[in-house]
Amino acid sequence: MTGTILRIVVSGLLNGSIYALVAMGLSLQYGVAQVLNIAHGEFIMLGALTTWTLYTGFGINPLLSVAISGPLLFVIGFVLHRTLFTSLKNRSPSPAALEGNSLLVSFGLMFIIQNIAILRWSALGKSYKYLDTAVWVAGTAFRVNRLVALAVAIGVGVTFYLFLTRSRPGKAIRAAAGDPATAGLMGVNINRVLPLCFGLGAFLAGLAGLLISMCYTGSTPFMGLSNTVIALIVVVLGGLGSIPGSFIGGLILGLIGSIVSNWDTALVVVAFYAIFMILLLIRPVGIFGKK
Amino acid sequence: MDITRFIPTNRKLLLVGLLILIIFLTTFPLYSKEYYIRLMAIIFMYIVLAVSWAMFSGPTGYMSLAPAAFFGVGVYTAALLYQLKGPLLPLPAIIVVGSLASFTLAFLTGLVTLRLKGIYFAIFSFGLVVFLKELINYLEIHVSKVGGRHISYVSNTTVFYILLGICVATLLTAYFIRRSRLGLAMQSIGGNEEAAAHMGVNTTRVKILTFAISAVFMGAAGATTAPRLVYIDPGLAFNVTYSFIPILMAVFGGMGTLYGPVIGAAVFAYTEIRLRQQYPYYYMLTWGIILIIIIFFLPAGLAGLIPKLRDRLGGPISKLRKGGEAEEHAHT
Amino acid sequence: MHILEGQGVTKLFGGLAAVSNVDFHVDQGEIVGQIGPNGAGKTTLFNLISAALPFSSGEIRFKGQKLNGLKPNQICQKGVARTFQQTKIFADMPVFQNVLVGASFGTPNRLSQADAAREASQKLEFVGLSAMSATLVKDLTLVNQKRVEVARALATKPELLLLDELMAGLNPTEVSEAMELVRKIRDEGITIFMVEHVMKAIMGICGRVMVLHHGEKIAEGTPQEISCNKQVIEIYLGEEAHAGS
Repeated sequence: MTGTILRIVVSGLLNGSIYALVAMGLSLQYGVAQVLNIAHGEFIMLGALTTWTLYTGFGINPLLSVAISGPLLFVIGFVLHRTLFTSLKNRSPSPAALEGNSLLVSFGLMFIIQNIAILRWSALGKSYKYLDTAVWVAGTAFRVNRLVALAVAIGVGVTFYLFLTRSRPGKAIRAAAGDPATAGLMGVNINRVLPLCFGLGAFLAGLAGLLISMCYTGSTPFMGLSNTVIALIVVVLGGLGSIPGSFIGGLILGLIGSIVSNWDTALVVVAFYAIFMILLLIRPVGIFGKK
Repeated sequence: MDITRFIPTNRKLLLVGLLILIIFLTTFPLYSKEYYIRLMAIIFMYIVLAVSWAMFSGPTGYMSLAPAAFFGVGVYTAALLYQLKGPLLPLPAIIVVGSLASFTLAFLTGLVTLRLKGIYFAIFSFGLVVFLKELINYLEIHVSKVGGRHISYVSNTTVFYILLGICVATLLTAYFIRRSRLGLAMQSIGGNEEAAAHMGVNTTRVKILTFAISAVFMGAAGATTAPRLVYIDPGLAFNVTYSFIPILMAVFGGMGTLYGPVIGAAVFAYTEIRLRQQYPYYYMLTWGIILIIIIFFLPAGLAGLIPKLRDRLGGPISKLRKGGEAEEHAHT
Repeated sequence: MHILEGQGVTKLFGGLAAVSNVDFHVDQGEIVGQIGPNGAGKTTLFNLISAALPFSSGEIRFKGQKLNGLKPNQICQKGVARTFQQTKIFADMPVFQNVLVGASFGTPNRLSQADAAREASQKLEFVGLSAMSATLVKDLTLVNQKRVEVARALATKPELLLLDELMAGLNPTEVSEAMELVRKIRDEGITIFMVEHVMKAIMGICGRVMVLHHGEKIAEGTPQEISCNKQVIEIYLGEEAHAGS
């Protein structure tokens, strides 16, 4: 009995902390960089597949390969914002127009990235085994890679959460997420901070992808879409514009998913959407959102 | 002799042109090869999707990413009711049911999300496609225990005519909405939603209504296209690509006008059919790039270029006409 | 019965009271002004009346009917129209269409399309913009954009018109023209409640003035009485008097 509970909790925290990383990244991009990046899942996919290539092609340990894939994705995100979205911001006549336009641009981006990935990696599923041995805790078996991924995800997540809530630059970022215009007036260098946060969001997505590829088999160029949707649900759950909220929301959703999965795996996605709809009906601002 | 009297006015030219087009299209299957009938039917389908998307998202500025969801509902309704082992209803009835199902879904979705800020609507509309795919997948596997469904055959010609009809219905609806109070209300919402509300517009009701109406045609198109797909499963029916392509077409042609999406649909539908076999992944890549380029450099689409062209070409012809008018005045 | 009446009107943003326990009234046929330093709560009060913002507490009644809980479009149809501090025009639409929106949706009884069009034309003539019917509003000068906003609000056939800093950004000639327009509107039988910083307008056309400061009403009276009120002079007019405006 304790074994099952332990398994559910570990699984829930693992998925939840991965959701949290992804959602915090998305929240950074929407809150600060003012782009609802529906191509976010594609960065997760790039992270996963890049890790696969680095491990199976070059023998680089996935945990170390973040030193390559991380900065790579950060740069891609930074450059994309600096070239596309900053320019869009300057051309858009109103915030509503900017929101609409950047949504469509990221929609186009989704297909571009996905198709580049298909051309590079083909549509077949990619898997690898790393730290695939079992370890026994409290009479239940866990795979080492999942425990390591859990540790990394929680570690990065908590560090980032503390950075946002305790440090000065972190608070500045949260302020900018709440009100980018005023932050600009307060001396925050918008032209650098916005692409920076966008790139940071891409980095988090790539890291999440790395962890996913470590724990789960069958990474394909199509894995981005469902991850994006889950990330969106988490961001709404936590509160649009609240990055710490995304962290908490991710963990909650992960745990709920794990509990439902224990009963019927296929119902998990359905459960997520049910939560989403109820959320929109009774408290759209989410847990930490402001009315 | 005043030859300028024989230069036709814009309106007469347009009506004559439309009449010729209608005659051409209605008799098309009589003298064309199957391949071209199929091609035209697909063009009609995309026109319906692009025009109905622009019907709502054009004037209001609320970007809906849900066309694939409503299209998919139509497709899957047909899959359920038009089975190979014996259709439960005749095809026209199925199309009506599919349209109603899409309408209902859009109405409920709108009811929940259109009273909130636009970003929630965008998020929900995006997720809707994936949600429906997963939900129906689950139901099919666990409840009906079916993997995929096979549909009865329908001839290319029948599909052609039905889609032509739906296409005309969509265009007429879009045309009349634009000129109606509803159209004015939507434009005001797109102009400044808060001001519109303060001028008496019931913004939520207007949005939900138009959104639901646009879904009707998407569902109809889906139900009609289903027989051509022959085999249907949730993944095939609910595919985000069916949201992307109509949006690309409408934005390319110009989502602020009625004819813009039509032009965009014709152009891209034709190229899609040609490219799909040869370069399945390259063409989607290119289209993503094209969408981004259009948003940056031609946000009003091709239709935005037309006023500029008219200024350039109008010179010689209008001079001629002005000369004729001066003569007329001289005679009275 | 006052045409517009507020009791204990309060609006809190977090811990900050933007409007604090304000009682006010406007009588039919009056032109009442609201003045006060920036951030005093004047526009917030308008936003509460028109339901652009929800109440924290208090009550506002129009012709005896509670406005609490109604939506902006309902309040407009009851007969309260407004303009905005930052003009919220429909920029990409022609002038005529802008005003037509008001006539089509904001009137107490729904007008036919023909009647709405007639109403819109009339209001455009009233504000002096008939010649520009077809021009896109974004191509107009600021003063003409403000005229469009006024015409649009008038097209809803209001009994009460809220004008939010109509004169802001206008040169002295334009201010005089605007003052004339406001008088014309009052002569049509419409009650006016206006927020203004331009003292010339307040002194020139308002019959009564209320002063807000830090969300509270600190004074009320005729323009003469207000300009002599020591507290008001200290807080608000004093700076301007020194500046010589």
